[in-house]
Amino acid sequence: MGFLVNFGLSLLTMLRDVLPIMAILFGFQFLLLRKPIRNPGRVFLGLLFVILGLTLFLEGLEMALFPLGRLMAEQLTAPEFIHGEALATLGEVTWNDYGWVYVFAATIGFSTTIAEPALLAVAMKANQVSAGTITIRGLRVAVAIGAAIGVALGTFRIVTGTPLHWYIIAGYVVVIIQTAMAPRKIIPLAYDSGGVTTSTVTVPLVAALGLGLAETIPGRSPILDGFGLIAFTALFPIMAVMAYAQLSERKARKNAQRTSKS
Amino acid sequence: MHPADDPLLTHPRKPRPAEIIRATLSSALSSLKESLMALLPIVLVIAFFQLVVLRQPIPNLGEILFGALLVLAGLALFVRGLELALFPIGEEMAYNFVKRGNLYWLLLFAFLLGFGTTAAEPALIAIADEAAKIAASEGMLASSEAAMASYALGLRLAVALAVGLAIVIGVFRILKGWSVQYLIMGGYIGVVVMTYLAPPHIVGIAYDSGGVTTSTVTVPLVTALGVGLASSIKGRDPLLDGFGLIAFASLTPMIFVMAYGMFF
Repeated sequence: MGFLVNFGLSLLTMLRDVLPIMAILFGFQFLLLRKPIRNPGRVFLGLLFVILGLTLFLEGLEMALFPLGRLMAEQLTAPEFIHGEALATLGEVTWNDYGWVYVFAATIGFSTTIAEPALLAVAMKANQVSAGTITIRGLRVAVAIGAAIGVALGTFRIVTGTPLHWYIIAGYVVVIIQTAMAPRKIIPLAYDSGGVTTSTVTVPLVAALGLGLAETIPGRSPILDGFGLIAFTALFPIMAVMAYAQLSERKARKNAQRTSKS
Repeated sequence: MHPADDPLLTHPRKPRPAEIIRATLSSALSSLKESLMALLPIVLVIAFFQLVVLRQPIPNLGEILFGALLVLAGLALFVRGLELALFPIGEEMAYNFVKRGNLYWLLLFAFLLGFGTTAAEPALIAIADEAAKIAASEGMLASSEAAMASYALGLRLAVALAVGLAIVIGVFRILKGWSVQYLIMGGYIGVVVMTYLAPPHIVGIAYDSGGVTTSTVTVPLVTALGVGLASSIKGRDPLLDGFGLIAFASLTPMIFVMAYGMFF
């Protein structure tokens, strides 16, 4: 019973979030473009699927994965776990004590990105537009690897307490250099993949990890150091997607050379 | 003869009910399999850390399994909904706008789409409230409920304006066929300059606000709009010109939030 009430409430919240978007869409469609919608029944059914699907998706995550993931982020960053029971009071922080935290950061970054529905949508579209050259799985894995590196490096930054903007500016420089070298057609898609990584699945878990770390490490303030992890998660997929395109282009060129020689 | 009047094209053989049921079932099955592949990594990671690293049993296994089933069904439904509604709507509107040729209405639509979907974004509301708390604790702001609420609202409006503007610039870029990288580099320079001008307490929040603006409903619509525009305009490549809207939408909020931090 409690579940049904919860589900009904989150369905209403979802409707409230989606209604303004629909009002803008249909307002323009009917009043300005003065066009009826093609296949109105199909579109209505599809919108129903989107709203119902996202609600089920979020409810399921809230029920199954988020509580455990948040708890885990707390437990892994707790001083008792990092330094062992006896050393918990020592208060001395060295970056290499946090091995499991980095592993958790990287794997949770990878796995939540793979499950991100917005990324799936962009990958489907890219696959369709590129006539299959960009595969849905290839793009998602490339973005997820970027997110994994980003979250892991972001936790390293919180542990060491180095300024956030150094990393971000260095990241920008790398992105600009890669832009000059990567295949031209992949560049807009690579830039987009930064923004779609951080959404419904990734943000709650990654934010919990950052806040947990900033709260437990002496000398870090949760309000100043807890932020910034999302920015890392959004930046590194851009590099990963361009690197993926550069590698596949180089591989294609090598194959072409081999066939032209023989 | 117009193709729509051609009886051979418009009236293909009507599929039998059994065929429809079989096709629906097989597509449902394959999208469930896709969802399973999407969910499997998180389940493995959480199970590994719980059982091997933290050495604790998994609590409420029944509830977790039920939740995982909901996630699977939800993702499969969402993907069907994308194909049936969000993608076709975005593309059809792009096509109609190009056919009508009214630039101002298109730009107004782009702005409203960006602004309207961002102002109500739950992740943004959470970040804005957090930012108000920080500003209050730093003494930049009276720590009264009213002052914090108005600061948070102002921040949300700043981000929503930024996203609206980003979509407008992005759409305009597609129409003109400009390269995405020069605009993005200009944005990067803006972010770096603002980082040194803005008060330090806002920088982390500003950087994060870029990531949280694009919601799961907005992304497919905006992507379809961009690809639709690039496909309906002669001389534009859907891959090269159609993507990039979301990139602007995650860049401008950083600049706007830092500007907001400087003035309020």
